[in-house]
This record gives sequence, C-alpha cells and structure tokens, in this order.
Amino acid sequence: MNLNATLIGELIAFAVFVLFCMKFVWPPLINAIEARQKKIADGLAASDRAEKDLALAQDKAKDQLKDAKAQAADIIEQAKKREAKMLDEAVHKANAERENILAIGRAELEAERNRLREELRKQVAALAVAGAEKILQRSIDEAAHSDILEKLVQEL
Amino acid sequence: MAAGEELTLSSHIQHHLTNAKMCTVDGSVAFNKACSEAGFWTWHVDTLAWSIGLGLLFLWVFRSAATKATTGVPGKFQCFIEMVVELVATNVKDTYHGKSKLIAPLALTIFVWVFLMNLMDLIPVDFLPAFAGFVGEQALGMDSHDVYMKIVPTTDINLTAALAIGVFILMIGYSIRIKGVLGFIKELTLHPFSTKNVPLQIVLIPANLLLETIALVAKPFSLALRLFGNLYAGEMIFILIGAVGLAQLPLHFIWAVFHILVIVLQAFVFMMLTIVYLSMASSDNH
Repeated sequence: MNLNATLIGELIAFAVFVLFCMKFVWPPLINAIEARQKKIADGLAASDRAEKDLALAQDKAKDQLKDAKAQAADIIEQAKKREAKMLDEAVHKANAERENILAIGRAELEAERNRLREELRKQVAALAVAGAEKILQRSIDEAAHSDILEKLVQEL
Repeated sequence: MAAGEELTLSSHIQHHLTNAKMCTVDGSVAFNKACSEAGFWTWHVDTLAWSIGLGLLFLWVFRSAATKATTGVPGKFQCFIEMVVELVATNVKDTYHGKSKLIAPLALTIFVWVFLMNLMDLIPVDFLPAFAGFVGEQALGMDSHDVYMKIVPTTDINLTAALAIGVFILMIGYSIRIKGVLGFIKELTLHPFSTKNVPLQIVLIPANLLLETIALVAKPFSLALRLFGNLYAGEMIFILIGAVGLAQLPLHFIWAVFHILVIVLQAFVFMMLTIVYLSMASSDNH
C-alpha cells in the first residue's frame, strides 16, 4: 500500500473521462437509442391500427355484399311479380278483345240472319201472294186483301 | 542452487509487481530505484500511461459510435456499442430513481474503463514487461532488470483508490445537494440510534457520528480494495503460473478462462456499487 501522486493524476484523468463521456458520448448514443425505440413503438402501433382498420373494412365489405345480394334478390322478386302481372293483364286484355270481337261477330251474324229472314219472309210472302194469285186467278184484290197477306207474312 | 533459484523466483515476482516510477530528485527527473526516497510525490508512469491510454481508447471508440449513431437501422458496430450503453442505462434506471445527467455516463465510464484495464490481465504476464525491458536495453542502454512495466492499472492501489475517492466525492456532493448541509449532518448524527427526546439525541450524537462515519467511509474503502484485491490476486497467480515452466500452458489457460469472468464481474460490481451508493446518497429516507 504505497499511495502516491499517481492517485491525483488518476483522479484528474477519471474526472476528465467522466465529463467527456457525459458531454460527448452518452447523450448522442442514448438519444439515438430512445429515438429508435420510439420509432419502433410507433411503427408497431401503426401496424396494429392498420390491422384493425383492415378487419373493419372487411366487415364493412361483407355487410355491403350482403346488402347488395338482398337488394338484388328483391329486385328480381319485384321483376318477377311485375312480369306475372303484365302477363296477367295481357291475358285479360286479350280475352276481353276476343269477347269483344266475338260479340261483334255475333251481332253481325244476328243482323245478317234477321235481314235474310226478313228477305226470305218477304220473298215467301211474295211467293205466297203469287201462288195465291195463281190459285185464285185474280179473285183476290191485292189491295183489298193485303191485310190477310200481311197476317200470312207474319205467321211465316 | 535451491537458494539462488528461490532468490531469482522471488525477485522475478518482485520485478513483476513493481511499478515504473518517476519523481524529481534535486530538481531533475529521476526514475525507478532513484525514487525510493521520493515519498508521496512519486508517479507510477506505467499505471498512468496504460490507464489514460485505455481511457482514451474507450472514449475514442464510443465517441466514434456516437458521432455516427443513426436512429434508423444500426450497423454492427453501433449495435455492439448500444448493447453496452443499454446495459448500463437499464441498471441505472432500475437502481437510481432520481434525475441525474451524471450517473449514467459515470457508470458507463467506470464499467468500460475498468473492464479495459482488467482486460490487460489476460495478456500473458511476461510479454509486455519483457518487450519493455528489451526496448529499454536496446534504445536507452538500461539494464533490462531496471525497466519496470506493470500493465494492469487496476492492480495499482493508486488507481482503484482514485476511482473510489472520485465516487466518494460524488456521494458527499449528492448527499448535500439533495438533503442540504443540515440534512447531511443530521443523517450523520441522528441515526442509527434515533429518538424524539432532544437531550437524549445530543447524548447519542457521538455514537451515531462514529457509526455513520464508519459506514460512510467504508464504502470507498470497500470499492477500492475489492477491485484492487481481486485483480492483484489474479495477477499474482498469473505470475506464479508463469514461473512453473511448460506446465503453465494448461494452468494458464484454465486460470485465464476463469479470469474472463472475474474481470467482467469486477467491472460490473464496481459500476453497480457506484450506482447503489449514489442512489443511497440521493434518497432522503434513511
């Protein structure tokens, strides 16, 4: 144990080293480390957030897809209904038209028949009159016996 | 011949354990044996040169890492330096709870510097002293036995004591800064025997002062002597192993491997105790 002036020299050296370290070595190193730690922490937080956002977006997309599908089904349903309705209407309309046309036809037929009947009656009447004339040989005055003839015509 | 061998062995060991000295005798610079009467004003030039050299190496390496430090992806060198810084920073954060810009760089300096100085112990004991003796003989015309070279600064009590005194000054400084002069005096005089009774307090002051002063002074003593003792003993065993001929090779290997643990551990212990002592000095509760 021989303490001597070396002690003083080492004490000064120690103090100088510590001061240099405190001023020029420690701060830049620890600042770099802490800044990097912060950067990494931020990056991790950002990636977490992005993951959450992605899950959220996926959920949203799924919902939207479901909505779209439902809507499409709805639209198809409506279209089908409308189609059925239109078809129904067309059938109804066609039926009505047919009825109409038939009715007109029938009416025309009826009118024709009536007309023909009338004509036939008149001809029969004329024939009857002509026949009677021949039979009676002028004994019957056409004018005087027109009421009988009329009656005959009516009975035909 | 046995006596002569013993003599050369002990003188060999003695030679290894002697520092290169420098002093002024009658106004001119003198070295080594001429300094035996110089008393306190002797300088151990080998201790000073190696320790300051290693300190500068530490500062240069860490400063060059610090100037190139990037917050992006670090290089391998920066990673290594940051690992050391991180280790020190974690220990300081866990142990010292106050706010101080000094503690962490102080701990880093102590850890790396003491480690580097201890590391010199792993260089085979005869290499550098023999080289120094050769240089002294060839270049300066000295007898190689008069050239002393002790390359492990931590085996010099002057260095370990200087470190411990530095820490001791900081301990007192922190105590006074945190608790004030009065608080520091109170801490020394009113504990460990404390009482609310004022006359009794006065009676207890001498006993308290004695105990607290011993407790306070024991800290730098234990710091200095622990490091010195461990490294001195390790160095001594290296020297003894170096004196046993060829058998030294396996022995030296085993002791060196074991010593790797010792040198790191001692550097770490010195750093941790420094932090603990300063944290005790900074905390108010006794």
